[in-house]
Amino acid sequence: MAIDKQKLLASLDSVPAFPSSVHKILELTSKTDCQPKELVGVIEHDPILTIKVLKLVNSAYFGLSREVVSIGHAVVYVGLNTIKNVAISVAAKGVLPKNNKAGLDMDEFWLHSLTVGVIGRMLARIKGLPETEVANFFVAGLLHDIGKIFLAHFHPTDYQAVINEYSHTHKAIADIEETQLGISHATLGGKLSEKWELPSDLIRAISHHHDIQDLTDAGDLEIGLACANSIANHMYHESGDNNENPPPVLNKIEQDWLGMSLEDTLASMADLDSEISKAKMFIEN
Amino acid sequence: MKIRLRGCRGSIPVPGPTTVKYGGNTTCHEIITDEGELIIIDGGSGIRQLGLEQMAHLPLNVTILITHTHWDHIQGIPFYTPLFVPGNKINICGTFDPVYGKELREILAGQMEYCYFPVCESELNAEIKYTNLQENGEITIGSTRITPIIMSHPVLNYGYRIASKGKSYFFTGDYEPAWNIYQPNDEGYEFYQQIVDEQNQVNCNFMQDIDVAVMDSQYTLEEYETKQGWGHGTFDSSISLAEKANVKKLYLTHHDPTRTDKQLDIIYAELKEKYSHVKCDFEIAKEGTEINL
Repeated sequence: MAIDKQKLLASLDSVPAFPSSVHKILELTSKTDCQPKELVGVIEHDPILTIKVLKLVNSAYFGLSREVVSIGHAVVYVGLNTIKNVAISVAAKGVLPKNNKAGLDMDEFWLHSLTVGVIGRMLARIKGLPETEVANFFVAGLLHDIGKIFLAHFHPTDYQAVINEYSHTHKAIADIEETQLGISHATLGGKLSEKWELPSDLIRAISHHHDIQDLTDAGDLEIGLACANSIANHMYHESGDNNENPPPVLNKIEQDWLGMSLEDTLASMADLDSEISKAKMFIEN
Repeated sequence: MKIRLRGCRGSIPVPGPTTVKYGGNTTCHEIITDEGELIIIDGGSGIRQLGLEQMAHLPLNVTILITHTHWDHIQGIPFYTPLFVPGNKINICGTFDPVYGKELREILAGQMEYCYFPVCESELNAEIKYTNLQENGEITIGSTRITPIIMSHPVLNYGYRIASKGKSYFFTGDYEPAWNIYQPNDEGYEFYQQIVDEQNQVNCNFMQDIDVAVMDSQYTLEEYETKQGWGHGTFDSSISLAEKANVKKLYLTHHDPTRTDKQLDIIYAELKEKYSHVKCDFEIAKEGTEINL
């Protein structure tokens, strides 16, 4: 074994801090009385985020006749709601590195994360949870596989072996990780989110999205994330041509939490495709 | 060109005894160019009656310009009868939605899905074309030139200038002049003010010397105090911008749904007195108003 669990955990220290601007944007935009100047302030204080928002606003999508050179200009020119939506997507994506040497397909990774985020948000709404909590489901989806990014980015050779085994066997990736590395991406993602001081329910949700049945006192966010991930995997399986293995199904905890069948849940999410295609646009930028 | 205002109400149609004089239909402007070309700005509920009248002159070749896709600017489109008639050619122009990544067609078809309306977009029999316009990207219809410009609103909103044979017409769509989100003692106030001034100047330059402008004036100054950021102008902001841009005639439109005829008459009388010194001639836009240019 090239690397062990202890070395992996120790290497978590080399991961950069979670951008506080992303925290603040998510917090601000979950309030209905968000002050425009607060939002502009948060974006402006993060130069990378600023550049990314400006790049998107100046892209052909917007078709503007003048170049937008500051966040202030962008808000005045194309409107606060527009910039708010652009900033949330750009900020969350900005947490993740663009590429890796382990052969993890980043476009596919990002699409899956967004899909789980969008499904999670819809499930939270179906459950009638308050809007302030709904936003957390989206974030949980975006970040749930962050452990994979850590592995692919900081331990590319070891993770390449995991990806290779997965592509040949299609066994559950968390199981392959446990066997090869002694720890799964979910557990590592949980450790990483602890280091980032994310909210405790988010840490638990990320850690246990593949083994929700082992978590005692699991709350809405934890079960909701596991559920959203199962649904996304089910959809991916149904749309693909890999039918060697049976499609993922919901376990009892997820099923009880949802209170309806997988089929009925999918049927009740009519906007899913358009929500996902909206999210996709930001992958391409 | 001849223009007829077919709907001057903001937000939602408000039929009833208190909206008889200025009308209850939402935004729609009918324009017939000197060469007889048909142009419509926005498909608020006012477009329904227009469509019924146009049915006497089939087949039609119409250009519909959409300022933005908020409901009060598109809700009449499913009831625009010419869309159902084979042989009519209808070009619907507007902006791609960059935030939702949706084409204009998708957004308009969305409101005709079966859960909202009995006929879906793909079942319409007219020859319908959709055109995504770029800001300042001029399109021409005969000798008429149409130019869109982004006017400040919480979402992308095009104002349209329509010029032909030395005459010009302008509609803001929904428009709130850019405003400073900082307080004077905040850091960043002055820089932001510069940007706001620049943006307002760009809009003003675009409207320079227009013969007739129709501008969003939903609120009074008093109402605006609690509605800043909602995306609409005031009677006063419209008059002041029109005066600055040397607009010859201004129509104040996008009446708040709660506004009665009587209130509009009172507001108009007060404005006439307050702005007796301005050169720009202004009046309250009224459904049915005809403008000859």
